[in-house]
Amino acid sequence: MTDTSTPASTPISTPLISTPLISRPLRGLLNGEPSVVTAGVGLLADALRAQAAQVTEVDWRPPMAGTEADLAAVMGDPRREAANAKTVSRLMSAGAELVDVRPAHECLGIEKGTFFHAGPPMVWEQASGPMRGALIGAMLYEGLAQTPEHAETALAAGDGITLDPCHHHSSVGPMAGVISPSMWMFELKDPVHGGTAFCSLNEGLGKVLRYGAYGPEVIDRLNWMERVLGPLLQQAVRAHGPVDVKAIIAQMLQMGDEGHNRNRAGSLMIMRDLLPSLITVDAPSSDIAEVVRFAGANEHFFLNLGMPASKLATDAARDIPGSTMVVAMARNGTDFGIQTSGTGDQWFTGPADTPMGLFLGNYGPEDANPDIGDSAIMETAGIGGFAMAAAPAIVRFVGGDVPLALRTTRTMYEITLGEHPVFQVPILEFRGTPTGIDVTRVVRTGILPQINTGMAGVIAGTGQVGAGLVNPPERCFPAALAALAKAVPDPH
Amino acid sequence: MTDLVEVRRGAYYDSVSLMQVSKAVRDAPGISAALVAMATDLNIDLLAGMGFTVAEAVGPNDMLVAFRGEDQAAIEAGTSALAAALAGLKAAGASAGGFGEAPPPRTLGTAAARGGANLALISVPGVNAFVEAMDAVTSGLSVVLFSDNVSVEQEIALKDAAAASDVLVMGPDCGTAVVAGVALGFANLVRAGSVGLVAASGTGAQQVMCLLDIAGVGMSHCLGVGGRDLSSAVAGRSTRQALAALAADPSTESIIVVSKPPADEVLAAIQAYAGTLGKPVHWAILGAGRPDLTAAVEAALPTSIKDMDDIPVWPQWISESQIEAAIDPKAKRSNGFLRGLFCGGTLADEAMIIASERLGPIRSNIPLSPELALGPDLNSDSHAVIDFGDDRLTRGRPHPMIDPSLRLERIAVEGDDPTCAVLLLDLVLGFGSHPDPAGELAEAIAAARRAAESDGRELPVAVSLIGVENDPQGLASCATTLQASGASVFVSNARATRHALSLLASASAANTSA
Repeated sequence: MTDTSTPASTPISTPLISTPLISRPLRGLLNGEPSVVTAGVGLLADALRAQAAQVTEVDWRPPMAGTEADLAAVMGDPRREAANAKTVSRLMSAGAELVDVRPAHECLGIEKGTFFHAGPPMVWEQASGPMRGALIGAMLYEGLAQTPEHAETALAAGDGITLDPCHHHSSVGPMAGVISPSMWMFELKDPVHGGTAFCSLNEGLGKVLRYGAYGPEVIDRLNWMERVLGPLLQQAVRAHGPVDVKAIIAQMLQMGDEGHNRNRAGSLMIMRDLLPSLITVDAPSSDIAEVVRFAGANEHFFLNLGMPASKLATDAARDIPGSTMVVAMARNGTDFGIQTSGTGDQWFTGPADTPMGLFLGNYGPEDANPDIGDSAIMETAGIGGFAMAAAPAIVRFVGGDVPLALRTTRTMYEITLGEHPVFQVPILEFRGTPTGIDVTRVVRTGILPQINTGMAGVIAGTGQVGAGLVNPPERCFPAALAALAKAVPDPH
Repeated sequence: MTDLVEVRRGAYYDSVSLMQVSKAVRDAPGISAALVAMATDLNIDLLAGMGFTVAEAVGPNDMLVAFRGEDQAAIEAGTSALAAALAGLKAAGASAGGFGEAPPPRTLGTAAARGGANLALISVPGVNAFVEAMDAVTSGLSVVLFSDNVSVEQEIALKDAAAASDVLVMGPDCGTAVVAGVALGFANLVRAGSVGLVAASGTGAQQVMCLLDIAGVGMSHCLGVGGRDLSSAVAGRSTRQALAALAADPSTESIIVVSKPPADEVLAAIQAYAGTLGKPVHWAILGAGRPDLTAAVEAALPTSIKDMDDIPVWPQWISESQIEAAIDPKAKRSNGFLRGLFCGGTLADEAMIIASERLGPIRSNIPLSPELALGPDLNSDSHAVIDFGDDRLTRGRPHPMIDPSLRLERIAVEGDDPTCAVLLLDLVLGFGSHPDPAGELAEAIAAARRAAESDGRELPVAVSLIGVENDPQGLASCATTLQASGASVFVSNARATRHALSLLASASAANTSA
């Protein structure tokens, strides 16, 4: 106790809370012509317009089928409003600093035989082609198998093999998202809420493990990353001190990136920040040059920093009772799963959809695997597809146009709780990105979150076949709503 | 098979654009494979994987064109598709559609977040209404909840949430509200003034505001509260908030509370609360033994008007012979029944309360007591009053104030029914109502009267015409149209009802003759 000067009995002058209400009750409703929002019968809006009253007409449509009772229960939950205000505020205020680069066995305590993977929980039998390919590659890379066939047999047998979602270990991984003990991880901290999040280092484009490729060039690259890239980045980051990743995301949105399918500016900025420290590390200059060349040639290098930054933000918003906000959207190549703040670690899943978009080379829709990866954490945190208006170049992935990019971002405001104070879209007059997906709004409007994503080949070992846009399966949201409804306390 | 491989040096397009171009070429007839891409290492590998060979040295600033066709015609088709696609890329910028309008809001919460609004008017289906209303309330909007079929529990939850965030829930099933001169739902274009209404009744509020206007008294606001607000369960939650708001409103000098029959203990508590507000509060409360709405309005008029003899004179459009019939004891019908066909529930209630004092029990789909309920076919061989605006008759169809067809059919049925001795109707004008309601109703009345006449009967018709001259439909012209059909027309529902009753023998007389 530092302040003992005020005895408990001293009368405290409490302002009369009702004072402003006496002069302007009902928030001043009667003090002037009302400005009216209508939902429902168009005739009633027409009648208001005929009186020259200020009218906004909501484009109301019935909610997803069979959700009426759950919606009523959740909307009637007296905790909802305050809980959602708290979750979205925690999400948006979370910071993200790159503080270290370390091997997974060291920072995550993951042991040989254990593999973290993208998306909700799954078993080998359910695993898709690219997920199997990535796990085979990780077995080869860790020396747990000498041939892909041996790796596959061992994974199928399951002896000494543990599969667990990255999301259960403060981690995220793009595409297959496979993390094994020898891989090096970016380590990010949230200085505001104290969280920590990890993500592997990006391997570049083409045939890479995260897209399910496991050929010799893939394993060679992983070995080089372990031997050279990881240790050099570690020295550079430690010499530099914490790098403000959130600030880079804010800047990249103003430079044509949306942070999911386009990371060009972000990738350049992180290298700009680290380069002075990198060139002074204790390593052969040829290794330093190779690191710079590797990072510079990979326009998605920053994605693996944006993802843990988003993971920090959404993790800060977890476990608020009564909150209907989505805190994870993730895909394992078979299922798409979401989690909400008000329902703990429960996953609500449905079969993952296949993205629509453009294909590399001669690949076509039949070559694409269903949606895969933890990278939808970007949209969960209000960027990626939600910030598409900031990255008009992206829309051609779906054969769209610039107005589509603007419309997509503007539509996402209909299902989100807040507008990000730091992440802004210049062309929308620097409006904050739509942030914090509200399950009730998704169910009420039928508007599904828009995700920008890469496409993996359906056959293990293929690699990337294209990129495009995808939505979560609708059924995740009514399922989450039902669980939220069940968690509403009985009013009596 | 024919391959075409070409290097275009110094031609730069971004990779995404070229993916579209590749697709366009691949879609050309006879083309089996195509890649148009900048000559990066990745793309050179892709090209090799597709079985193409690049003979010359290339770099990332060179564009590779490679496609495979089944014959020379296919190659030509591919070449022209390539040219068209590249030209299309250049043209796209010139023909861009601009930024476009923001999509309309899809929920009341997101509409409220766009700023500016302070009131929501909700008329979605009842099963969805609570969700929308709660969204509006928690977003800081007051609500006019036009929707019906909202449960009492949901109504209470909404009103408690509204009180907590200092907004008002008007409804559910609130047809009428006027806020600072803006009519929401069904309302009349009455003059502005200093009387504020709190209304647990839609057409009751319209009757009161119209009579006030006709008496020369204007209205500040009409805050609907929903027909159940003064029930035991809801306990006047919105009525209290509305009274407090009107008490604090500088443009309101006195208040009239209009309600369907309330719970006695709730009314007593509200009356006690009203006594603390420092402004005169008058009561237009329906119920046996209480003044009818017209009498309540007369009592609430300022003394300056009341003191004048015979003021107000409530307009009526009635012929000499109709007046005579009403006062001639010999003209009274002892072998027929009153049939009231209403659009307004409160008007129907008021008519039943007045009529049952003279006629005894009256059957209805909204009966004064449950044993008087009509069957689902609404047929009756006695006195009957039907509310066509009742929930059960509006499911899947518009309110009869918008779509009168159901009632018009029933008027024809009554014209053919020899037991129908007098027909009592209402017609509500104003915003939200049918744009020309009198014409259709007059036709139906005339047809029913002709049908009766051809059967050797005379069918008298009384109409309560709820409206004011400024309403879009015009009071006098509607009244004239109706009168021309043979009806007698009254601006007071109580007067219209009493006129209809004056044509019938009283209950005891009817029983004696039977």
